[in-house]
Amino acid sequence: MKHLSPVNEKARRLAQAVDQSAAPPVPENPATAADAGDRDVVALQQTPQQPPGPHIPLGCSTIFSPGWEVDRTGGTAGLCQPVERDLFDCHFGCYWPAQVPDQLNHAPDWTKKCASAQKDWRKIDVIFP
Amino acid sequence: MSLLTSGDCHAFEAGGQRYLYLAPSAAVLAVDDLSGAVLDAVASGPQSRADLLAGLSGRYAESEVDECVGELLKVRAVSIAATPAPRTSPRILPLTPIPLSTMVLNVTSQCNLSCAYCYEYGEDKIVETANGRQPKWMSEDTARESIDFLLRESGSSAHLTFFGGETLLNFKVLRTAVPYAKAQAAALGKQIDFSLTTNATLLTDEMIEFLAEHRFGVTISIDGPKDLQNKFRVFHNGAGSYDMVAPKIKALIARHRSRPIGARVTLTRDTLDVRRIYDHLMNELGFHEVGFAPVTATPGRVHAFSEEGFEHVLAEFRDLARDYRDAAVAGRHHGFSNVRETLAEIHKGASKAWPCGAGFGLLGVSTGGDVALCHRFAGSDDHKLGTVRDGINRDAQRAFLDEHHIDRKTDCRTCWARPLCAGGCYHEAHTRHGSTVRPNLHYCEWVRGWTDTCLQIYGEIAQANPAFLREFDGASDEAPQPS
Repeated sequence: MKHLSPVNEKARRLAQAVDQSAAPPVPENPATAADAGDRDVVALQQTPQQPPGPHIPLGCSTIFSPGWEVDRTGGTAGLCQPVERDLFDCHFGCYWPAQVPDQLNHAPDWTKKCASAQKDWRKIDVIFP
Repeated sequence: MSLLTSGDCHAFEAGGQRYLYLAPSAAVLAVDDLSGAVLDAVASGPQSRADLLAGLSGRYAESEVDECVGELLKVRAVSIAATPAPRTSPRILPLTPIPLSTMVLNVTSQCNLSCAYCYEYGEDKIVETANGRQPKWMSEDTARESIDFLLRESGSSAHLTFFGGETLLNFKVLRTAVPYAKAQAAALGKQIDFSLTTNATLLTDEMIEFLAEHRFGVTISIDGPKDLQNKFRVFHNGAGSYDMVAPKIKALIARHRSRPIGARVTLTRDTLDVRRIYDHLMNELGFHEVGFAPVTATPGRVHAFSEEGFEHVLAEFRDLARDYRDAAVAGRHHGFSNVRETLAEIHKGASKAWPCGAGFGLLGVSTGGDVALCHRFAGSDDHKLGTVRDGINRDAQRAFLDEHHIDRKTDCRTCWARPLCAGGCYHEAHTRHGSTVRPNLHYCEWVRGWTDTCLQIYGEIAQANPAFLREFDGASDEAPQPS
């Protein structure tokens, strides 16, 4: 931190956390960092502004933003395979409430015609809230 | 457009430098001119980025202001208006079993003095001591069972504190309990140390020898020079105790050099002369430290504080605290322990979910072996957490911790002093407000005033003699002496 200087022990820990979050977390070669084992893998850790967050499996996203569907290297290789599968993976296994209908209460049948996401994804119902 | 407002923090100034004390993190940060200007601006009302830049125009580059606001946002010294405030602190209970660090053993409920303000005997007492269910004296068996309990529940080290009534009335139990505790601790490979609180009236050479030999931390309850001591600290016939205790204290201090000996003063509405008390206890009697605590009493008792009383004491505390600062800057010892304790917590950045360790790290044991929140509640059925024989009732303990978490004290949510106060003493709350769950709203101004003073002193020492603060590094988990 440049404008605030820590005085007590807690402030030094706080400053450390702030400075770490400001430092560029991604090295030139991401594989090196993974090998070094000194940092959790964080989704879409592309830009220096991204703070090191909690451990999230490769391929998931922590943000709600159309067009995010790239992995942390900017490609698609690290995403869920096949790509259609991640609808259900994210829906059931991850935290993705905003994009999918409420299957428990409001729309229990919205995926009824979709036995296999890869083949039937076009049959998924459109749900209007 | 998002607007910036003040965050959850307290701004203070010390030695010409501006500082921030953040809640709930309890971090102390020095503030530079630009961040000071930004803080001033948001303190005057919500500011958009454009407002800020306009206000600071010409003085700082735009990128610099953005960078500074970014830092202030990250440490939450400013926040974005209309975003919901984060919860004060998540209500996370410690993992159980929680190691017991201090056990306060009430070896007797009897006392040879009858101080009118005493919480054990006075009008505000919780436990029926005269004809109650609890025995008047702790037996040697119960003391041994208590020590087994302490060593069972403790981590690698344990503090055992003897308390009363007047502790030394039951010296017989101390004499057998201490060697037993040492032997048991050694067999288990644990550290144990001892302390006691006494009114000093019964001290004999033999006792002094015993206390020195076993390296007891000794706290003497005393109210100051003769006229003040004799006002409340009297025998049953009304005679003052000063002449009896003064020579005994001097003898104790002369012989027992292995651990510092402290005085613990109860301030009442009639004995508010902090500096005179301090000078007398330090210079005439030779104490190493003096700590002051306002009497715990329901309003209206003759000895209870008035509003002006609190203000007066705060002014006297501030005055004496400045002496502490001067001594610290010069690298000298000063015995005003209220400052030392607060500085240690500020230095560490303590941010408390509970006001003290009562109910988990510290437990009180009654004469009959009941385990309670602390010594002040020992023997009270309403505040019982088990017995030394059956152990701690974990369900009751968990319920207690959940119920008393700072997150439940809605009154405290916006207070910047909550990291250190956390609502204050349970016993005080019980006496003043009828329940341990209530925050002590009657002394909020006092706590904030005192914390602000200590923050200033901390800032001044950090500038003038930072080496002094190393004393507090990795601040000890030494148990505070119960009062």
